[in-house]
Amino acid sequence: MTETISLHGVTKRYGQIVAVRDLDLTLREGEVVALVGHNGAGKTTQIKMMLGLARPTSGTVRLFGADPAGDGFANRAAVGYLPESVSFHLALTGRETLAFYARLKGFDARSLDPAFAAVGLEGAADRPVGGYSKGMRQRLGLAQALLGAPRVLILDEPTSGLDPALRRDFYSIVAARAAAGATVLLASHALTELEGRADRVVIVDRGVKIADGSLDELRRIARLPVNVRLRPSGEFARKGWRSLGDGSFETSVDPDAKLPLLARLLSDPADVADLSISEPTLDDLYAHFLRREAA
Amino acid sequence: MTAIPDAISETPRRTASRPTVLILAAKEIREGIRNRWVLATTLLLAALALTLALLGSAPTGTVGASRLDVITVSLASLTIFLVPLIALLLSHDAIAGEAERGTLLLLLAYPVSRRAVVLGKFVGQLAILSTATIVGYGAAALAVGWNLGAAAWIAFAAMVGASVLLGAVFLALGLLASTLVRQRSTAGGIAIGLWLLFVLIYDMAFLGLLVASGGHSLPASLIDTLLALNPTDAYRLLTLGAGGAGGLTGIDALADHTALTPPILIAVLLAWTAAPLALAALVFARREL
Repeated sequence: MTETISLHGVTKRYGQIVAVRDLDLTLREGEVVALVGHNGAGKTTQIKMMLGLARPTSGTVRLFGADPAGDGFANRAAVGYLPESVSFHLALTGRETLAFYARLKGFDARSLDPAFAAVGLEGAADRPVGGYSKGMRQRLGLAQALLGAPRVLILDEPTSGLDPALRRDFYSIVAARAAAGATVLLASHALTELEGRADRVVIVDRGVKIADGSLDELRRIARLPVNVRLRPSGEFARKGWRSLGDGSFETSVDPDAKLPLLARLLSDPADVADLSISEPTLDDLYAHFLRREAA
Repeated sequence: MTAIPDAISETPRRTASRPTVLILAAKEIREGIRNRWVLATTLLLAALALTLALLGSAPTGTVGASRLDVITVSLASLTIFLVPLIALLLSHDAIAGEAERGTLLLLLAYPVSRRAVVLGKFVGQLAILSTATIVGYGAAALAVGWNLGAAAWIAFAAMVGASVLLGAVFLALGLLASTLVRQRSTAGGIAIGLWLLFVLIYDMAFLGLLVASGGHSLPASLIDTLLALNPTDAYRLLTLGAGGAGGLTGIDALADHTALTPPILIAVLLAWTAAPLALAALVFARREL
């Protein structure tokens, strides 16, 4: 797959503060990448460097093979960006606002109805942005990011302010763009939401990348225990199990021990009334990698 | 939000793209119209100009030929105070305000150069200011009478043109202030400081210097330099020193001795516009967000 964005040995200092330290990161076509970290972990600084809004103190940043702060500046026409807490001029209507951004990218500003429909703003296009709710502004922000089918989509906290139903639609738009070959970078704290939506997770902490891989890969590296919950139908040797009070029991096992345990439990299916397994969530993984970094 | 894959993946047609500067200027003008800036400045200038015109035409009585000249002189004096103030109020917000409202980050993520942003803001604001000046002053001139002779009209038109040029100078200065600092309030403070300096303090100091020297010992070249170093003085000399207006103001006494001819004065004002603009573009291009 073709690289769209790459950072090599990138360090960014603001005075004494090191916002990003010696970062290597490559994003490819068709990938949905989650960029995860605390506030102040350096996510937004990384994004600014990818867009050429900030220059690295050392190292190189490439957007479609060129420096986004230099020669590659025109490459930004193929990038859609949704900043964290996006804002617009309040006196202009949604249509005027979107038309302005479309013109800046060199697109026809008269055929914007599909763009409004895609984010569910058909009815509000001709109203001033000042009267929009937070969710509607976020949708307008998304509409401008999606203008012209960009090859790279960079979305900073994209689902903040969207209600749950809209979030699901939002992720289906993201999936559609990735299926069409775009790189999608999602910077977020909303970890549970990203589960199953991101092909790859990059965890950053205090400017340093501490994990990078698919969710499965990260689970393998982390070797976090798997939770097994069981409701026996008859007698049960409860050694090593916690009782949950409602007749069911819970235990944690290493990932390697999961299948042998299940095989043993299910050797006589009649003994088991119910069984559920929960793999470590992205939240658990995130906490694990942060702990490991702190240690 | 109905996710229609067709609607999303559909690429809007590319058009023969308008220059970025014009797109940005058009948005500036649209915002100016929408937030009533255009209306307010036009009405303010028209109201003050009309007041001056009606008051100013009274003492000359029936000597109609010079009535427009009187208005030209009155409006030029009005311009020196008001136009720089309006220009600074408009422009100090241009970059700092967008940065503070959070719209700058998104704008600069688009394929627009920083220079185009500075220039686009300037062009848009200049259009707003020119409209207000031409319409406002024009209304006053028409109220006094349109059949006042070609020479008076030419002098009037020259004054309006010079006023727009003075506005351009202070738009550029305000834009520079707007790129130099992070906060709108700081940019606003600088703008007020610039206005006080160029409109009030400089002239008082200049006057003090002339009085202290007894009006004789200062070489003409020094006086010329001091006049050229303040755009409002260059404007004053340009509009009040020339034509029929000169005799009304006494400025022609000064104008007789100066080497600053109208073309030089226009060049001075253009330089006062170009230099802050170039500096603003340079500062802004280096700025990290």
